[in-house]
Amino acid sequence: MPPDDSPSAATATSGQRVRSSKLTRPDLLEMYRVMALSRTLDERVWLLNRQGKAAIVAAAQGHEAAQIACVFATDPSRDHYLIYYRELTTLLAVGLTPLDLLKGFLSKEGEPMSGGRQFPTHGACRNVDLFSFSNVVGTQLPQAAGVALADKMRGEPNVTVVYFGDGAASQGDCHEAMNFAGIHRLPIIFFCENNRYAISVPLSKQMAVENIAARAAGYGFPGVTLDGTDPIGVYEAVYAAAERARNGGGPTLIEVMVERLFPHTSDDDHTRYRSAEDLRQMRSRDPLPTFEAQLRKAGILDDATHDRIWSEAKRLVNEATEEAEAAPYPQVDQFTRHVFAES
Amino acid sequence: MAVMTVLEAVRQAMLEEMRRDSRVFVMGEDIGARGGVFLATDGFLQEFGEQRVIDTPLAESSIAGIAIGAAVNGMRPIAEIEFADFVWPAMNQIVGEASRIRYGTNGNKFAPLVVRMPYGGGVRGGLYHSQTIDVVFAHQPGLIVIAPCTPYDAKGLLKAAIRADDPVVFLEHKRTYRLVRGEVPEEEYILPIGKADIKRAGSDMTVVSYGLMVHYCLEAARKLSDEGVEAEVVDLRTLAPVDRETFLESVRRTSKAMVVYEDNRTYGIGAEIAATIAQDAFHDLDAPVVRLAGPDVPAMAFAPPFEAEFMLSPEKIAAAMRDLAAY
Ligand SMILES: Cc1ncc(C[n+]2csc(CCOP(=O)(O)OP(=O)(O)O)c2C)c(N)n1
Ligand SMILES: [Mg+2]
Repeated sequence: MPPDDSPSAATATSGQRVRSSKLTRPDLLEMYRVMALSRTLDERVWLLNRQGKAAIVAAAQGHEAAQIACVFATDPSRDHYLIYYRELTTLLAVGLTPLDLLKGFLSKEGEPMSGGRQFPTHGACRNVDLFSFSNVVGTQLPQAAGVALADKMRGEPNVTVVYFGDGAASQGDCHEAMNFAGIHRLPIIFFCENNRYAISVPLSKQMAVENIAARAAGYGFPGVTLDGTDPIGVYEAVYAAAERARNGGGPTLIEVMVERLFPHTSDDDHTRYRSAEDLRQMRSRDPLPTFEAQLRKAGILDDATHDRIWSEAKRLVNEATEEAEAAPYPQVDQFTRHVFAES
Repeated sequence: MAVMTVLEAVRQAMLEEMRRDSRVFVMGEDIGARGGVFLATDGFLQEFGEQRVIDTPLAESSIAGIAIGAAVNGMRPIAEIEFADFVWPAMNQIVGEASRIRYGTNGNKFAPLVVRMPYGGGVRGGLYHSQTIDVVFAHQPGLIVIAPCTPYDAKGLLKAAIRADDPVVFLEHKRTYRLVRGEVPEEEYILPIGKADIKRAGSDMTVVSYGLMVHYCLEAARKLSDEGVEAEVVDLRTLAPVDRETFLESVRRTSKAMVVYEDNRTYGIGAEIAATIAQDAFHDLDAPVVRLAGPDVPAMAFAPPFEAEFMLSPEKIAAAMRDLAAY
């Protein structure tokens, strides 16, 4: 093991590493660590929901590998991230802590993204340009084109990554955003997390073609479909797309095929619309065991490191849960603030 | 009579109309195998098949636009918008287009579609699953806007909406779906669109409301009754075209009026009702008309104290009633 293979759990990954087209062993281990933390936290918030403490939960379980790869391949210290609601791993990867996020799920005082006004994981970060204004699916896509346009106007070599599901790809906003981005060769990555369902609606009822990436041709930029359970493949594709975007090469549509391992949200029951066979196949595409096996095979992960990572994740989540549960709700006097600029 | 929830009444209204009239079909997100996110179309796919129960892509503008086209071409579509908060992408088609088809073609064409949508707060829905946006539709002539609050009204009015020859926006308060139960006749009935209903008689003040707030007003009125104040509660049921006669007649008897609505206060339904009362019943009034509504913040916030602050409650309404009674 290289000596620098155990980054402090509390440090954000942002700006901490030299980004290159190839991932180092510590990078891979750190990716695995964040995925494990995300999974542990995700399981916790479902538990809190079932205990009646968290009103709503949308799991990122199954999407972790793609999300961590996308953040690792870009630069949270300067790039822009317009996420949607299924991005727990992305949020941890850019530096939010389990406590920040748990305060969101329990809508407690000190929740950093919306002050407890929004659903968990919605709002905007302070230290990283990551935001999720709305629950209205698809609205972030044209907004992201605008973010990228502003960078282009000012000549700043930053990349905008806009995250969306297969469902969102049906919105007119998606078409309009991609069309504009293509025309203006904007420095943007359209990152589509295709989990084959928009709540209950399967791909076959969402589109008459095989994949979403095929649409990129109609907008004049490249599109690729990747296995979203393979973080290395996703990393390489996003890295290349980001480099091209920074160098004036314009947009890329990256579609990652992932699995939604849980029902749409804690209010959903996917056995109403997913067959037993479908659910069985879904479970076989869990990115965590796959990545773990890959790391073990490459000699990057051994039992001791594995156990340390998971027990550390559990400890962090336990401590954060305790602290978030003990925290008060936001003060009611905050409620009328920030409707307009405050002088 | 059967006792059922508002949700079940909505489901049965659609079911009966689909059995009766092959032109009626439903479309929307997750309405097929899932049976709708609230299960309003539970079992429809099995009974009517994919031709008449269309799970659409996630694209509200097209849901509304396709429903308009099919309606203009002789069908009776019922489009479901999953939450009222998500109707905004479809506003152009509903408010901009559907409302103007009859007028703009000099009566040559009309669009008999129904757009159903669950709305309203008090469900820990945060900014985007709590909105009450009724007034945006009610302001637009050419749209019928219905917002029932009991199973009986929901069933009778939804059937009327499906049979109506004009576009109807049908608003279902999410909180009433499972909370409110009531009797519904076994035999078929249709309720008139554009007729308010006096849900409680009283002689000391008129309280005009609709949706979930009617139930809160009734609860508040029961409290006030113990204190010797009798409030009359008028349920608008149809927001547009609004039944002015029923509440004006009531105000002429009680001489005091209050409008209670969940939406933001400013430019809301209350402005229209209060202005109508001020104009047409001025000489009967013993007190200024009171508007009790949500605060003017962009939407209902998620944290429990924020939601409680935004939402009206039977207690808040009772307090306002007390003040008005004492005026
Ligand atoms: C405009 C809009 N319509 C409907 C909804 C309700 N809704 C929330 S998520 C969702 C499905 C989204 O599916 P997808 O984009 O594939 O993302 P996934 O949840 O699968 O990650 C729907 C229909 C919404 N939030 N916004
Ligand atoms: Mg999806």
